[in-house]
Amino acid sequence: MHRRGYYTQFGGAYLPEILVATFEALEAAFDQAKADPDFWQTYLKVMTDYSGRPTPLTHAANLTRHFGGAKIYIKREDLNHTGAHKANNVMGQGLLVQRMGKTRVIAETGAGQHGVATATMAARMGFECTIYMGEVDVERQRPNVFWMERLGATVVPVRDGTRTLKDAINEAFRDWVGNMDTTHYVLGTACGPHPFPEMVTYFQSIIGQEARRQILAQEGRLPSRVYACVGGGSNAMGLFSGFLDDPVELVGVEAGGKGLKSGRHASRLKASDASIGVAQGYKTYFLQNDDGQMRETHSIAAGLDYIGVSPILAHFKENGRARFEAATDEEVIAAMSLTMTREGLIPALESAHAFAQAFKEAPAMSPEDILIINQSGRGDKDIFTVADAFGDPAWQAFIRKKAAQYGA
Amino acid sequence: MLETYIRDRRKKKDILLMTHIVIGYPSLEASFDIVRAMVSAGVDLMELQIPFSEPIADGPVILKANQASLAHGTSVKDCLRFAEKAASTFDIPFLLMTYYNILYKFGVAAFAQEIARCKVRGAIVPDLPHEEGKDYLQSMAKNTLAPIFIYSPTSPESRMQEIATHAQGFIYCVARKGVTGQQTDFSLHLQAYLDRCRRATPLPLALGFGVKDKSDIDYLRGKVDIAVIGTQTIRVMEEQGTDAVAAFIESLR
Repeated sequence: MHRRGYYTQFGGAYLPEILVATFEALEAAFDQAKADPDFWQTYLKVMTDYSGRPTPLTHAANLTRHFGGAKIYIKREDLNHTGAHKANNVMGQGLLVQRMGKTRVIAETGAGQHGVATATMAARMGFECTIYMGEVDVERQRPNVFWMERLGATVVPVRDGTRTLKDAINEAFRDWVGNMDTTHYVLGTACGPHPFPEMVTYFQSIIGQEARRQILAQEGRLPSRVYACVGGGSNAMGLFSGFLDDPVELVGVEAGGKGLKSGRHASRLKASDASIGVAQGYKTYFLQNDDGQMRETHSIAAGLDYIGVSPILAHFKENGRARFEAATDEEVIAAMSLTMTREGLIPALESAHAFAQAFKEAPAMSPEDILIINQSGRGDKDIFTVADAFGDPAWQAFIRKKAAQYGA
Repeated sequence: MLETYIRDRRKKKDILLMTHIVIGYPSLEASFDIVRAMVSAGVDLMELQIPFSEPIADGPVILKANQASLAHGTSVKDCLRFAEKAASTFDIPFLLMTYYNILYKFGVAAFAQEIARCKVRGAIVPDLPHEEGKDYLQSMAKNTLAPIFIYSPTSPESRMQEIATHAQGFIYCVARKGVTGQQTDFSLHLQAYLDRCRRATPLPLALGFGVKDKSDIDYLRGKVDIAVIGTQTIRVMEEQGTDAVAAFIESLR
């Protein structure tokens, strides 16, 4: 365990003693899988047959024309089974669970996408499944709770702390420390103790590998910039992985919420509010107070509403390999609206952060420049949240009528 | 030295009691009354927990105590003042227990210096394995403080031996898997685990997680040096009030 899992000063494995042996076993299983050439082939086959990969790289001709700058491409992670990039990580970890011979999986979920993806994986691979979800997120993303339960998972609303993603992670760890013999914790993002940041990145790197191949096939050259939203950082790490050795600018977009000056946001790398700390088993930038107590975060997108960020992205901030920006709730709604009406694409609120930043920068870029935006998830699944964000009166009238029917 | 205190005390008692409180729960004043009651009931040492917003190793009872304390504004400074007052008022060793981020944000060297100034004798940091604790170990050593490390039933014997080379004072043996405050089966299974702990270190052994009444303590007599009562005193306080704590502690021997 000596200095393993560090990206300059970030990362590590700050584990309670009870979990040390479990992490050693997990790391060993992951190392063996990586060394086994059949493993990645098996993974690719599962992702092809079950999740519909490769996902397309769509040229957004209308948006390109609209902004009159860089040529815009969109990586369509929304077309994965369950509608988000989360499936990539979940199916990969599921294959590892099979190799380890465990029979039960647990997961945290914020927006619900990771929970739904884990529930589908568990159903397909025959594992018991428990999903921890903050009570606030249960309210925000009720349809996903419905699907997780229908898929056979037990959903546990977490009522402690801020009742959001971080509290769901704590609760999943508490389950794991008691049940590690049978249970694997399918952490959903490139955070947490080593080897999770590396392992989640490994599975998500399929996004960047495909995107690089696809842009070279379609354009014969590399993009100037690639954009991804950053919650924990898994879709960003996935896309960025494909371009690490290229002269491509990597842009991570955080949740600017009500604005970085408002204090109501979830920006750890762009805002100056965050500081380095150690929580949930790893060292990174956290939104915390001077005592080291975690603060409340805010975002219109539940999947970005988190205190910490991938230690690999924190490392990229320090060494300048990636640039980090933030998009406000308001900018996100506008970007989402434009994408829907111009391209007929419906990005998730999380993904729309990447769109918002790309839209700010595209007009100033040359038509020779190419940019790729990661559409990490689809928005149509989150109809309640999106309809609220748009304040759609006809939808509200429909919901009132529907509620009255149930009441009758 | 903490270890010497424990060994001397063990000459007079066949098992020592260590209790735990969350500082500022239900209030700073009430916490101090509880410490007073525990000391007068004959507790041999105490761990004072500085509340943290993400206490991943703690079960629901201690988790809620952490949150309640933070909700009415308990700061790290309040906790250090509290520890200083406790250590200057009562003649038993006090240890601070908290999660690593509290030390990290305070500055690890400064934290060790400050708790030594407060006459605290050591610290328990459950999310800091020795591999990540180089600065911590140096700072604790510099201030003659005991870094208390943890054994768990999942720790292989070789790792227990390695941990023992960094630990001082005593080793805190976690009785079972899971978080604080759950049921523990005090059985033969536990005996085999304690035998492994005993083989791995000459340091005194404490056992905690799920110790809740006299029969548990009676089982542990002769097997470990210290029994740790954590969650159960918080339950007693919540159900019967602060005044019931002393009688509860007295009932354990």
